[in-house]
Amino acid sequence: MNSPTESAIESYRAGPDDTGHFGIYGGRFVAETLMPLILNVEKAYNQARQDPDFQAEFDYFAKHYIGRPSPLYHAARLSEHLGGPKIYFKRDELNHTGAHKINNTLGQILLARRMKKTRIIAETGAGQHGVATATVCALFDLPCVVYMGETDIERQAPNVFRMKLLGAEVVPVTSGTGTLKDAMNEALRDWVANVETTFYIIGTVAGPHPYPQMVREFQSVIGNETREQILEAENRLPDCLVACIGGGSNAMGLFHPFLDERDIRIIGVEAAGLGVETGKHAASITGGQPGVLHGNRTYLLQTDDGQIIDAHSISAGLDYPGIGPEHSWLNDTGRVQYVSVTDQEALDAFQLCCQTEGIIPALEPAHALAHVTKIASEFDNNQILIMNLCGRGDKDVFSVADALGETL
Amino acid sequence: MNSGSLTDTRITRKFAQLKKQNRKAFVAFLTGGDPDYDTSRSLVCGLPQAGVDLIEVGIPFSDPMADGPAIQASSQRALKAGMTLPKTLQLIRDFRKNDDSTPIVLMGYYNPIYRYGVDRFVHECTSSGVDGLIIVDLPPEEDKELCDPALTAGLHWIRLVTPSTDDSRIESVLHNVSGFVYYIAVLGVTGTRRAITDHIEIAVARLREYTDFPIAVGFGIKTPEHARSVAEKADGIVIGSAIVDLIKANLDNDGLPNSGIAETVHSYIREIADSVIQA
Repeated sequence: MNSPTESAIESYRAGPDDTGHFGIYGGRFVAETLMPLILNVEKAYNQARQDPDFQAEFDYFAKHYIGRPSPLYHAARLSEHLGGPKIYFKRDELNHTGAHKINNTLGQILLARRMKKTRIIAETGAGQHGVATATVCALFDLPCVVYMGETDIERQAPNVFRMKLLGAEVVPVTSGTGTLKDAMNEALRDWVANVETTFYIIGTVAGPHPYPQMVREFQSVIGNETREQILEAENRLPDCLVACIGGGSNAMGLFHPFLDERDIRIIGVEAAGLGVETGKHAASITGGQPGVLHGNRTYLLQTDDGQIIDAHSISAGLDYPGIGPEHSWLNDTGRVQYVSVTDQEALDAFQLCCQTEGIIPALEPAHALAHVTKIASEFDNNQILIMNLCGRGDKDVFSVADALGETL
Repeated sequence: MNSGSLTDTRITRKFAQLKKQNRKAFVAFLTGGDPDYDTSRSLVCGLPQAGVDLIEVGIPFSDPMADGPAIQASSQRALKAGMTLPKTLQLIRDFRKNDDSTPIVLMGYYNPIYRYGVDRFVHECTSSGVDGLIIVDLPPEEDKELCDPALTAGLHWIRLVTPSTDDSRIESVLHNVSGFVYYIAVLGVTGTRRAITDHIEIAVARLREYTDFPIAVGFGIKTPEHARSVAEKADGIVIGSAIVDLIKANLDNDGLPNSGIAETVHSYIREIADSVIQA
């Protein structure tokens, strides 16, 4: 593989190129039936991002509807407990709907409205992106169809009900293995058949160009705010950033504005499930190989024959067999370090966060926190580490109770 | 890249022969290894005898996102029975032992090929008797991946043209294409909606302004009558979902094929062929 060395790269923030590639990753690997749609989205998005009115509209709803900016909070007790750096949480779990997902669905639905689309579709795994999409569809009075694997529907019943309350139609997907990847296949099929009317809101920094770039830009509100907030609080930039990664949108949103500050150590935490060595995991970079799926080249969980393998994680939001293509590139270039954390380690960190900070985190950022506990001793107490607390854990209390052997 | 050199191949000879006979081409699709290797081999090997002019063999993939439920299910049956990309190539080699003239095109998705290795794949295709490729998720924007190496090796590159392919796109879509052009008559995935013949006539006429290659029309064709009426408007027709559905209908509850499966499938295909021949 041709990986450019770190010193040869002028900026880590310049990608993708105009064909949507980050090095060998990304691209537009889709059927001809989808190409004209994707080119239309790209064209509309490029116009929108140059338009101050579009940005103003995004900012208005981000502030008054989502509740941005989210606080940057000094987790003093946790910092003291771990005895390492000064730990800050970027509290995107305080957003309306309880996670970072809505930053992106807001941006995309505003784009869909500009494109005069009258129907929205989305895929969802854990249901968080489905809820965030159903929410903005209710807000803007657009019909919403959410594709969700049958297996996921069973284990995420509260989110299925939330989506229904918000007026969305949840379509069970039985094809393939009935999980997130199949839901994405099914949403793509719907899109192909309903080109004229429909906009597809993808939930993460994956899919064909321009989605990885577009979702990153909507989520970069996280990193841009963090930068201002840490400068205000500490008058300097952090030493380390940590975020969990399924597809990788919360991580990309936090990381991207800091990529060219090369002294900042940046770490993405994948879900190791029962352990990467067991094969039951969702760590695409740690335990996968490059391949092509869902419109982009990226690291994938797959067999030697190139068949996609189902991911496993206690956190349904990390349970995807791929990862955003920009992360794959950041891995190969060495700019971002990718590590993994098991279900058990995440559960331990989940409880630690509850007990030391009075915050019930989602299982996804509990993975990030688990890694923070591992590396805390590498820092001294005047260094600063920022972790993206990208979702709250109300949705996870049943699966955590189950894992801890409690009956509710 | 120049695809003009592929002028004397099984595909060009077949279409030239059909033209001379004033006949339309019948293209049949099935997934390699569905429902298992041996049955699939009998099915494929009997196609020319049943009246098929050109065979498309699907490379099974776990996530065939441009295909409808019928072909997805056939892909899963094949994978479950242990089918792989190397075994799909073996299937073509087995077919070629007794048939050196019927053109065979492999249809599939890029990931299994990418994992296998592009150079190795292209080499194995030519040596096993594959004539062309239809790789669904490689648009012209990604031609460097596989299209260019395939053309260099002497394989035809066949691309799908769809109702959403507008004038601004059609030239780039047809660039590098040879052998024939595959027109998808409906918006959507395979096998889900019926193609409308009026629309086909207009679309084929538009395509003729851009290409001299034969135009085969597919997606949504099931009955002999429909096959004939579509064939009248184009140079050939493609049937896939209806065939794999018939395979499915001839499996028992454990997914094992009934003893007469090949005869049943071949007799359906014979009906289609007899109808197409009147077009």
